[in-house]
Amino acid sequence: MPQVRSINQLEIIANNIREDIIRMLVHAGSGHSAGPMGLADIFTALYFDILKHDPKNPNWSERDILILSNGHCVPVRYAAMANAGYFDRKELLTLRQLGSRLQGHPERTRLPGLETTSGPLGSGLSQAAGIALAHKMDNILHRWVYVVIGDGETDEGNIWEAAMFAANNHLSKLIAIIDRNNIQIDGPTEQVMPLEDYRAKWEAFGWHVIEIDGNDIEAVIDACAMARAIVEKPVAIIAHTIPGKGVDFMEYDFHWHGMPPNPAQAKEALHELRTLGGRIRSEHE
Amino acid sequence: MSNPPAPHKDVARDTLSLEPLRAGFGRGLERAGHIYPNVVAACADLTESTQMHLFKQSFPERFIEMGIAEQNLVTVGAGLAAGGKVPFVSSYAAFSPGRNWEQIRTTICLNDRPVKIIGSHAGVSVGPDGATHQMLEDLAIMRVLPNMVVIAPADSLEAEKATLAMADDPRPNYLRLAREATPIITLPETPFHIGEALLLESGSDVSLIATGTMTYHALMAAELLYKDGIEAEVIHVATIKPLDSEVLLKSIRKTRAVVTAEEGQIIGGLGSAVAELAAEHCPVPIQRIGMRDRFGESGEPEQLLKHFGLDATHIRMAAHAVLSDKEKES
Repeated sequence: MPQVRSINQLEIIANNIREDIIRMLVHAGSGHSAGPMGLADIFTALYFDILKHDPKNPNWSERDILILSNGHCVPVRYAAMANAGYFDRKELLTLRQLGSRLQGHPERTRLPGLETTSGPLGSGLSQAAGIALAHKMDNILHRWVYVVIGDGETDEGNIWEAAMFAANNHLSKLIAIIDRNNIQIDGPTEQVMPLEDYRAKWEAFGWHVIEIDGNDIEAVIDACAMARAIVEKPVAIIAHTIPGKGVDFMEYDFHWHGMPPNPAQAKEALHELRTLGGRIRSEHE
Repeated sequence: MSNPPAPHKDVARDTLSLEPLRAGFGRGLERAGHIYPNVVAACADLTESTQMHLFKQSFPERFIEMGIAEQNLVTVGAGLAAGGKVPFVSSYAAFSPGRNWEQIRTTICLNDRPVKIIGSHAGVSVGPDGATHQMLEDLAIMRVLPNMVVIAPADSLEAEKATLAMADDPRPNYLRLAREATPIITLPETPFHIGEALLLESGSDVSLIATGTMTYHALMAAELLYKDGIEAEVIHVATIKPLDSEVLLKSIRKTRAVVTAEEGQIIGGLGSAVAELAAEHCPVPIQRIGMRDRFGESGEPEQLLKHFGLDATHIRMAAHAVLSDKEKES
């Protein structure tokens, strides 16, 4: 079990994870920036407060399951795992290199602690539902299955097949955290393929929906606590995040979806992140 | 002419009874349910067609209805496997693995989860439903995937044995089934092991290498060839991947003439697999019986098999052709 940390401590960890993401991406020379930066608060909340897990025993049979469905955001997961003690932070700089355990998109068989292999979008919710159903069949009531999904990813039909299936099977141990950052590769989601009324869609599919500011760590922790109290229905947490969060020139700009910073930009980003220290919210909201 | 050779110990001969492959699967899955508590079954709205209803009746709490959602079928399967289950997931082969190939590739093969994909109603012998439902490319698209084991049984008896073997196999598996009743050519004591080809007839002139229900036609062709004065070796390849290269190469080196037979596209299927093996280790004249880069159409199963040249007559003609090529070479 993770130790209980204050929100202020968690915000500092989130900032460290953002710095690691920038360092990884500039070193790799390719990869996605906006999504991982926007998800840093959610992954900090998950790995440092919400999840029941053991970094020294990634396959612990009592652990909660965390699936990253939008695999391109995996730098944030690698950075969170390294900061949580799954492996040495030095290994982060091997991202996307030949022979690395840190593949460009996550591969379960290469790195202990990853629950699935993902990248092609739309299949994480089904796998989470399958695990939750297996647990339900075995009457395992104390393990939750969390799955992080991108909002653009929910263009995929596979997601809605899974949404129907999870509600039909009353998979109340399944908690989907949807990264509602409003961007995808070709532009804003509402221009590429509108998702609204997003909440109503999930509710119509039989889910309990909670909407939060996904860059507010306390809100993420509270929402997951509320979600765990829901019985009979799976829960969708629509987490509104700022893509590129923490670096001014990246925020809200969809061009940063699939692009890494160059060395000069990385220097600027790291400078900005460092000066934030424990004052993330006061300077950026 | 001498008397025909005695029937091989693994081949049924006299009065062949008929049963669809899928019936054997249904029985095998129900039996597997009793033996392996972790076996579960999921189906995309075709429970009776794919014969999963037998399992469902015995183990209702271990059966999962998916609705018409093949992408979800295999990805939930990957999740069930992650949760410690051995999931059998079934639909028609045209839809699974036809529709959900990428999900199978990423969440089952690359992710290395032991999901058992059951593709029923494969081949032109689906009949009147026509080309949309006659899956001919399944062997090709499954064979090309790393980690995937591909199995096409010869009859319902072998399908039952294959199902039990799959329940105990730690790898992702694909099992190809057919709709129509076809002859039961193996015996209860005929061995089945994943990865092993079965020598059904010994001969020194030509190797007839077949998979699925075409093995029956290959045996018939061997009888016709015997009357032509040709001794054909018949090998049944139930496991297309991993291919039993040892048994196949031994035969190919001996006969130096090969005919392959399958009820699917010759591009990418068994014919390709055998041709690739021979090309690398022992190039010999080869003819491939199968669908020749075209789709099927509506018709009665027997009519269609004949129309597309998927029968003993065509295997026999192909054998004569490779023998003539072999003669020219020597």
